[in-house]
This record gives sequence, structure tokens and C-alpha cells, in this order.
Amino acid sequence: MEHINEEQVKRRRNLRLLTNRVAQFIFMLSTLFGVIVLGILIYRVVSQGIGWIDINFLTGKLSTEPERAGILGAILGTFWLMVVVVPITMILGVGTALFLEIYIKKGRLQSFLQTNIANLAGVPSIVYGVLGMTIFVRALDLGNIVLAGGLTMSLLILPIVIVASQEAIRSVPQHLSEASYGIGATKWQTIRHIIIPAALPGILTGAILSFSRAIGETAPLVVIGIPALLIPLPGSIFDKFTVLPMQIYYWTLDASLVEEYANLAAATIIVLLLVLFLLNLAAIIIRHKFKKIY
Amino acid sequence: MSTLTAKRLNIETKLSDDLSKGLRPVEKVKKMIYETNQLHIWYGETHAIKGIDLPVYEKEVVAIIGPSGCGKSTYLKTLNRMVELVPDVRISGKVAYNGKSIFDESYDVEELRLRVGMVFQKPNPFPKSIYENVAYGPRIHGIRNKGVLDEIVEQSLRKAYIWDEVKDRLDTSAYSLSGGQQQRLCIARCLAIEPEVILMDEPTSALDPKSTFKIEELIRELKETYSIIIVTHNMQQAARISDKTAFFLDGELIEYNETNNIFNNPSDSRTEDYILGRFG
Repeated sequence: MEHINEEQVKRRRNLRLLTNRVAQFIFMLSTLFGVIVLGILIYRVVSQGIGWIDINFLTGKLSTEPERAGILGAILGTFWLMVVVVPITMILGVGTALFLEIYIKKGRLQSFLQTNIANLAGVPSIVYGVLGMTIFVRALDLGNIVLAGGLTMSLLILPIVIVASQEAIRSVPQHLSEASYGIGATKWQTIRHIIIPAALPGILTGAILSFSRAIGETAPLVVIGIPALLIPLPGSIFDKFTVLPMQIYYWTLDASLVEEYANLAAATIIVLLLVLFLLNLAAIIIRHKFKKIY
Repeated sequence: MSTLTAKRLNIETKLSDDLSKGLRPVEKVKKMIYETNQLHIWYGETHAIKGIDLPVYEKEVVAIIGPSGCGKSTYLKTLNRMVELVPDVRISGKVAYNGKSIFDESYDVEELRLRVGMVFQKPNPFPKSIYENVAYGPRIHGIRNKGVLDEIVEQSLRKAYIWDEVKDRLDTSAYSLSGGQQQRLCIARCLAIEPEVILMDEPTSALDPKSTFKIEELIRELKETYSIIIVTHNMQQAARISDKTAFFLDGELIEYNETNNIFNNPSDSRTEDYILGRFG
């Protein structure tokens, strides 16, 4: 013990232990903060809305009378929206990711594209709404139908799907693709037989999480101009529509007029949260089911 | 018999026809399969290969030895153009396979890799069944017939001396095999495309002595049919299995000769120093 003075160590010991305790306490408070807020939120929503959820609520059409109002239209709208969003983002997102990871030569162009995609992921959703309105609703003259909304939502979540897919593709060990190239496989054969199967869990997890983002987004659809009026149930992607979060938005706005609208909003939130919870669960199951074996 | 073999037999009969038309039955001249002239390779600013000339003849085992970073793996990966997967790589000079320059625009790299198989340093089977690992190559090249595939798989596994160990569990994952078995599976996978040449990049460096012994036995067996170019860190291994040895140092080819000469009578003092373990 040439440099370490035992006396000094003893004197500082209490202070060190105290600092450690304080740090632990602060970190625990930070964690609790999130949990408590979430708890209150869920308690409020559930206590206000749970009594309003019944089969009529889930299968009923919109109505100005709270007792008769249902959200079937919004559920169908969300469904049709996903019919547009899922294939478009999967094809464009995974395609872009494969191009950037496998085909393009590393260099200026690649890093330019990469930076821009990363930046796109940070653009506020309302800006995408404005873009969607300008291009899909007005310029292409689609009107505020499911297709226009779905295309807008696809733009919004594409950067996330691309980045998540890129990470999944990159995590496939290089020695596997080398083995495939080494036998004379083309890039496409290697992608199809080696890379996609190995990267699929990662790609799906990222995609599902961004779908749940699209299901919960409201701002772009507000800009596109989803009617608050009573509309017929959407039967295809070419119909006018509303979605669950939009319904929450309008009922919350009008809660000052009709008090029960607040309960309807809460009930819709419960349904929306359940949908999102199920999607997250699916993502977790996929992640665990296809645990990496290499 | 697969279409691949059929194709090749066809070519060979043609060749022997040509030979028989010649004036005298020449004593068996070995065909040059790889010709390398003034090959330079850069990784970014690093000059990894500095002007290498190296001929390789058919049905020989050529060992490439040298200290880490001498460019031996880079050279090996150039022979099937795998080196192009490295970002920022620049290549100049000529490498010809069977007389055709492999860097020509029109050269079909997939075709090259069909004729030139590769076995890697770390066993790298696919996360598929044993059967699917071996069938992968033939499938990629268009063989669909289940009977043909079955036969290729069995023959390849037999040639790689692993058939008896796996014949009852072809459908289990390749990852259930030991490291040495995985490497022999990878050799079987490579044999399944019926290559002419097998490139081996330190194939035993990740294996225990017993598995290493088996692989070396296998290499001795394979050289009856294939040309083998093997990079190795292990000089005893080079001495045991190769016909010719090339000594690389710092991106240059220092000496290339019959393995006997290299190990018993090296002409360059650096070769001698390396072989005697004075550096590297």
C-alpha cells in the first residue's frame, strides 16, 4: 500500500456510498415518473371509457347521439389505411434498404442518400400531411380518400422502415453472403435465399413498429382533411374514411358540447391502445421466435 | 450424371480430340489454369499486392505462405473476384483463368465462381439443413430435379468424407455439427458445384488438430481431381500437403517453387528466415 492511504480511504468511504445511494434514488425517481404518468393516463382512460365499450360501440356507425354512436367506420378506415400502407412501405422500404446495403457502391452517393433518409425520419408528421395534400389530394386529384391518406402515411413511415431494414440486413453475418457469392450465386439469389430469411425477423419487427406509428398518427390526416361528418362505411381504398385517432380527436374537440363525447373518446383510446399493444406483442413474438442461430 | 458434368465431359472430349490430331502424343503437359501478371491491389491507400506474377497448373496443390498482412488472402480472393466485395478496392494487372482475363467487362463472375470453389477460414455453413447446404450450389445453378440433387448431395458428402457421419440426419441444422464437421460440410458444399479449382483460405486455422488432420487427408485425396490453392499460416501444413509453395511478404511474391525446394533449399534468405521461424 504505497500510494493508497488507508485512513483516507476510510474517511471518503461514507461519502462515496452516500453519493451512490443518491444517484440510485434519482434514477429510480426518473423511472417511476414515466411509469406513474402512464398509470394515471391508463386509469383515467379506462375509468372513463370502459363502460362505453360494448358490441354496439364496436359495430355501430357514427351518430350524434352518444348512446348510439359506434366506431365501426373508424376501425374499417384504419384497416383500409393499412391495406395501402403495408404493401407500399414493405416493397419500397425493403427495396431501398437492399439497394443501399447490397447493390450501391459505398461512396459519396451512398452517404448522400443515407443522410437524407435519416433526415427524412426526423421531419414532423404534419409536414408530410401538407406534402400529401399537395401531391396526392390536389395534384393527383385523388381527393381525401383512403388511398391518398395511405400514400401520405407511407411516406411518413418509409424512412423508419428503410433504416430498420438496413440494420437488419447489415446484421446478417458477412461470412454467410460470402459463402453464397463464393458458389456463384448472384446478388439477387443471395438476397432471396440467404439475406432475407436471416434478416426477416428484424425487418418485420421494424415494420410492425412503424405500422403502429401509422395507425396512431393524426396530424397528416387532419391536414388532408378527413371529414368530421357522418360518412358511409368505407368499403375500399377509394372511399372517404376516418380512422381511430381522428375519431378520438373530433370527439375530444366536441366534448364541450356533449359531455358524453369525452367517454366515447376514452373508449376509442382503449380500442386503439389494444390494437397497438397487439402489434407490439406480435413484434416481440417474432423477435423471440426467430432467435439468431448463427 | 448432372448436366454440369456432362457439359464438362463434352469439353474434355473435344480437347482430347484436338490433342490426338496433333503430330505426336505429347507426354502429359500440364495445363496452366491460372496466370497472374503484374497484379497490383490497393485497399484505399494501402498497397496490398505489389506486382505479382504466378502461374498455377492443373491438379496441383499450391500453398501460399507468409506472415499476417502479406497479401496472401487478398491474392486468393482475387482469383474468384471475391476481393471486389471489399469497399474501396482497386485492381490493376492481369489474372487469366483458363486463358481468359477474369477482369474483362464481359467476364461472367458467377460462371467463374462456379468453376472455382472457395472454402473459408471460419466454417460458414448456411443456417439451413445439412442437405440444403450442399444442395444450395446446384440449385442456384438451376438444378431442380430431386433425384439429381439427392445424388449430388450424397456424392459431395462422400467426397468430403462426412457422409457416414451425417447420412442419418441430413435434415438437421448444419449448426448441430462440430467445427471440423462444419468445415468438411463447407468443402462438400463447394464440391457440389463440381468446380475445377478449390481455393482454401486457412481452412484449418479454426479447427482442432484432429479435424485438421482429417481436412489435410481430404486435401490429399481431392488433388487427384481438383487444383487446390491453399493459404496457410501453418508451414508444416504447407510442407505436408502441397506440391508447390509460394512465399509472400509485404505484398510481394518472394519465392515460388516446388515445395521441397522451398523448404529444403530456399533461394531467398527471407524465405529461409521465415521458414526457420526467425520472423512472422
